[in-house]
Amino acid sequence: MSGNKRMTNKPILEIKNLYAKAGEKEIIKNFNLSINEGEVHAIMGPNGAGKSTLSHVLTGKPGYEVTSGEVFFNGKDLLSLKTEDRANEGLFLIMQYPIEIEGVSFMTFLKYALNAKRQYNGEPELDTMGFMKLVRTEAEKLGISQEMLKRAVNVGFSGGEKKRMETLQMALLKPAVSILDEADSGLDIDALKVVSQGINSLLDGKRSLLIITHHQDLLEYIEPDFVHVFSDGHIIKTGDKTLALELEAKGYTSFIKEAAC
Amino acid sequence: MAQKPDIEDFSGDKYKYGFTTDIETESAPKGLNEDIIRLISKKKNEPEWLLEKRLKAYKHWLTMVEPTWAKLAYEKVNYQDLFYYAAPKQKVKPQSLDDVDPELLKTYDKLGIPLKEQEVLSGVAVDAVFDSVSVATTYRAKLKEQGIIFCSISEAVKEHPDLVQKYLGSVVPYTDNFFACLNSAVFTDGSFVYIPKGVKCPMELSTYFRINAQNTGQFERTLIVADEKSYVSYLEGCTAPQRDENQLHAAIVEIVVLKDAEVKYSTVQNWYPGDKFGKGGVYNFVTKRAACRGDNAKVSWTQVETGSAVTWKYPSCVLQGDNSSGEFYSVAITNNFQQADTGTKMIHLGKNTSSRIISKGISAGHSNQTYRGLVKVAKGASNARNYSQCDSLLIGQTCGSHTVPYIENENRTAVLEHEATTSKISEEQLFYCRQRGLTEEQAVGLIVNGFCKEVMQKLPMEFAIEAAKLINISLEGSVG
Repeated sequence: MSGNKRMTNKPILEIKNLYAKAGEKEIIKNFNLSINEGEVHAIMGPNGAGKSTLSHVLTGKPGYEVTSGEVFFNGKDLLSLKTEDRANEGLFLIMQYPIEIEGVSFMTFLKYALNAKRQYNGEPELDTMGFMKLVRTEAEKLGISQEMLKRAVNVGFSGGEKKRMETLQMALLKPAVSILDEADSGLDIDALKVVSQGINSLLDGKRSLLIITHHQDLLEYIEPDFVHVFSDGHIIKTGDKTLALELEAKGYTSFIKEAAC
Repeated sequence: MAQKPDIEDFSGDKYKYGFTTDIETESAPKGLNEDIIRLISKKKNEPEWLLEKRLKAYKHWLTMVEPTWAKLAYEKVNYQDLFYYAAPKQKVKPQSLDDVDPELLKTYDKLGIPLKEQEVLSGVAVDAVFDSVSVATTYRAKLKEQGIIFCSISEAVKEHPDLVQKYLGSVVPYTDNFFACLNSAVFTDGSFVYIPKGVKCPMELSTYFRINAQNTGQFERTLIVADEKSYVSYLEGCTAPQRDENQLHAAIVEIVVLKDAEVKYSTVQNWYPGDKFGKGGVYNFVTKRAACRGDNAKVSWTQVETGSAVTWKYPSCVLQGDNSSGEFYSVAITNNFQQADTGTKMIHLGKNTSSRIISKGISAGHSNQTYRGLVKVAKGASNARNYSQCDSLLIGQTCGSHTVPYIENENRTAVLEHEATTSKISEEQLFYCRQRGLTEEQAVGLIVNGFCKEVMQKLPMEFAIEAAKLINISLEGSVG
């Protein structure tokens, strides 16, 4: 199991009795989850169940309202923090569909992001040489070419390339918790492999990962310590990786019915 | 929408050049009539021919009406309620920078334009125009060694009357338009540049305009002549104090480009835009035109427009020589209640002439922006080529953006391309940047700078950095 040996039982993300709305609709209902340092969790559930809402609420995407509940990140009240401060505290979202920004090279973007974090932590900005060296080293490990770094952020990138660049950002920003939102992105197997390898290489037993998916394919490449089944806004069952297989075999509908009994 | 940031959190009042200089000024009485014009001419010790030109223009101006075709709404200017001449009082005409009033030098220091030559970085020669008068021109001696003339237009009238008489008004005649006509009657100062045959100007030349006095119109006049096979890159910057009443600025820039010569003209326009409720700000009615008179002549306008309450400005290229080319690269940013009606005219007269228009408009707040451009191909202009690209970026829900391209083509061999896009900074883009730790303002700045990249790359290095900063400042408080 990835990093299992070094798990510390020190909670990094604690979600307690969380309720949240998107517009008028309540989507997250009495959601509870605690993730310790170094753990890999997977949340599975049918399409349209609101799994992505969870990642958006946690990272502070506009358009959602938390109606009650608490979230602690490294002991801090996460929900009181601005979106960017949550990121700078070490919460990272590997997006389903990374956004394109015309005219801004990845190098520039990465520099802004890294310096934002350094500024948040009261550290001086990286000098250009140090920054370039750091990015090149990490990019090389992930098989990202110099040419890709010069291109505009995600513009004209394939699905796999975009994910690779997300992984690079994760490598550079060293977040304590990453959320991999793959609810319905439909990556092909090759791309899936590349991303999984990249992410696996970054799991050092201290960093935690929350995978959101409806398909167990991904879990063949990144092995979870815990699998949670999501339905009606909360977790209805928790198990180990075999739960994912059981779920796949039975299908969501009958599984959820059984669980409700 | 609990996560939505409150737009009121940001203050939109960040114009850092809004100070005034406490300096004794000498001004002509308010109002406009023949006597005032005679007075201006006399104050400046002008030759008779120039006074006659002024009076002719004034008489014509009286027959003209202010244009209303632009998509601009502003309170009409009372032309009789303005001062047409204001000059910092100086006992004698300064012979060197040491003679210039230290208050004035301090003003330019504050603006980031040190006039002391030893302090000037990277060899940019500066002509500083304060209210109506050129107060200092740096590096003149050095330029003179190569025969380059860089001085105020008032001096040029006296010292190089042949050149001035030959070219002044030859690109923008006094009959051209209402504001140009007014300028021709009352212009007070500005810069004059002459680059002799075969000379590549070794440094950037720059004029820095500053309006200081209250209720004073600024009417400067710039004339650049690039003789055959010469080259010059010219920069223009401008600011004004923060005042509640509107200030009028009606300038003319004329550029003459002879055979095989090239002129690059870059502007960073940062006149006071008014406060966030739309009070005050500069009315900027400017006529800028370049004539490529000889074959293979090249001219390029690059402008970053962030200031002024109202902008009316269409830097143009008249492509007379065969194989001559004109370029227009523009970034215009409007925020709060600013209005801009701006664009270019490319007039193809010679054979194989080409032009390129890249216009990037960013509107935020309650501002309104129009791109208005003309591409005209005359009968004899065979194989003319134009490429136009007009992109608009909207920030928020309350701003407006319009694109009005005119095409007049009389030659069937012309190839004209026009592309236009309108986009918005999306919530998704902002969220993506913020998820990577950027503040909302950093995110907007980054996205806008990316949007303008093609134009910003055309600016000289030191100007580009300044302009990028200016863009970020102009957009503060624009996110909703």
